[in-house]
Amino acid sequence: MGEMQELTTFWFVTIAAVKVVAVFTVLMVVVAYMTLAERRVSAFIQDRLGPNRVGPFGLLQPIADGIKNIIKEETMPAQAIRPFFLLAPVLAILPATILFAVIPFGSPLPTPWGLVEMIVADVSIGFLYILAIGSIGVYGVAMGGWASGSKYSLLGGLRGSAQMISYEVALALSLVPLILLAGDVRAPEIVSMQQTFSAGPPTYASWFLFPLLVGSFFFFISGLAETNRLPFDLPEAEAELITGYHTEYSAMKFSMFMIGEFAHVITVAALVTVFFLGGWDIPFWTGDNIRVLSDGTVIGEPTWWKTVLTLAAFSVKTGLVVVLFVWIRWTLPRFRYDQLMDLGWKFMLEAVTVYILVIALVILAIEGLGIPRGGWYAFVLFVVNLGLAGVLLFALDKGTVIRGAARPATGPDAGPASAASSTSVGAVDSAATDDVEE
Amino acid sequence: MPGDVKVVERPVGEGSYVRAAAKGMGVTLRHLLDPNKKTQQYPDEKWELAPRVRGTHRMAVHEDGRAKCVACGLCPTVCPVNCIKLVPAEDENGERYAAIYEIDEFRCIFCGYCQEVCPVEAIHLGVHYENAEYSRERWVYDLERLCEQEHDVTALWDPSDPASQ
Repeated sequence: MGEMQELTTFWFVTIAAVKVVAVFTVLMVVVAYMTLAERRVSAFIQDRLGPNRVGPFGLLQPIADGIKNIIKEETMPAQAIRPFFLLAPVLAILPATILFAVIPFGSPLPTPWGLVEMIVADVSIGFLYILAIGSIGVYGVAMGGWASGSKYSLLGGLRGSAQMISYEVALALSLVPLILLAGDVRAPEIVSMQQTFSAGPPTYASWFLFPLLVGSFFFFISGLAETNRLPFDLPEAEAELITGYHTEYSAMKFSMFMIGEFAHVITVAALVTVFFLGGWDIPFWTGDNIRVLSDGTVIGEPTWWKTVLTLAAFSVKTGLVVVLFVWIRWTLPRFRYDQLMDLGWKFMLEAVTVYILVIALVILAIEGLGIPRGGWYAFVLFVVNLGLAGVLLFALDKGTVIRGAARPATGPDAGPASAASSTSVGAVDSAATDDVEE
Repeated sequence: MPGDVKVVERPVGEGSYVRAAAKGMGVTLRHLLDPNKKTQQYPDEKWELAPRVRGTHRMAVHEDGRAKCVACGLCPTVCPVNCIKLVPAEDENGERYAAIYEIDEFRCIFCGYCQEVCPVEAIHLGVHYENAEYSRERWVYDLERLCEQEHDVTALWDPSDPASQ
């Protein structure tokens, strides 16, 4: 344990600038390689090989793609509203990249000028920042769809905004139990709370994935919807809308929408890692656990190689979540629009609200029993979550949340009354039936 | 509600999104990890062509390098798409030869009638398909170019089963 040496203003600004440039560059390179990874993984899932001709294992493919996109013709539809048409790709790419500013990606690095935290901006409202900037992501989609002057694009943009509004609520609410547990909205502190320390304020010694299993599930689902990826890619919906909001875009402007989408995926994967997978924590090893308290006290011994190792751990975890994203994309078919809205408003919202209440009550009970913060605290929550996950899966499995195209069980002579009593979502069904009757 | 809509009742297990999604994820994971990929790395690995594949034409030549064609005019006559251009001539020994013999490979439908009809087995189709060109003119093969082709000629029938039985 030691005192953190304060950086002088000059070094603070310099190092912050270096971090901004480094994080942005790395993020862009990772995005470029995620396009390759996506194509390769999708190819492997479909028993193909994918792009493997440019460079070893196709590793230079992103460069070839970039050159191609830059030298392609930029089209400008006659109906397009020029300023907004040009602004939309920028707005698509911006939120996803600046969201990365509050994500801690490694243990603090000791330098001759003081301890440098591996986060671009350790702001005390990091949590609100994430939610606020995350929602701005839809502006690019909506604006691009509207400014294109095309029906398909407009529909894509509208769907994008409707979807964002629906799932933004669940996304924010699914993080409330996390805040209840962590007691802090700073991302580095949320990471510290998932680690084990011999000194300092008590922590949970467990990744929040376990005590907040159901919450992480909700967050992940909402994250899928936020990034407009399958099974939530209704704004694109090739089958119906050509490619939705970026139908009219070509060359690098189109590419910027894609970069924005991929950057968003990586950012959401990083958020999942920070919130639920212990951030840069290396599992089963306490040596990497370094915590900087708000008063400047440093717990643990920061070294440069620990920073490198934790950075690697963070990258691996984020990478695995990204692969999960890709894997889901190439497995699950797109939801129908009513299924999407049902899932968002009739299931996720209620379920997350109930989940917050249950977790709050359980926390109250645990505190009432006098169990201190730590492994047992987390274990009790884990058991509760296992039970909740069972209930959740049982409810989902009844086929009532996402239903097929078939009508509810009402035969020729069955009226709305019998429909209401025959299924567990009778209220919803009979409402739909009533509409038809009128 | 229209009364004649048939509503199919499905068991919960069939309509469950969770089970179906989990099953699908399993299927894709199995294929993701399956090392046996179906892609054929085309320029490096090529198809093994059957002996009766009909592709680029080839003109048979005598030992001294002259084309075997006697300019009888049967192949331009039989050609259903009129892609063969033949101008006959006679040499000092009174033997007919093709002064101009051109095949438009673009126009050709590779039916193989020219090879079947040829009385001296001069014009053949070949077991060959890679003939990309930069200009349309290059697709019209003249006699010299037809004689230079080196690929196998198409077998008109399977030698082990001549009657195609």
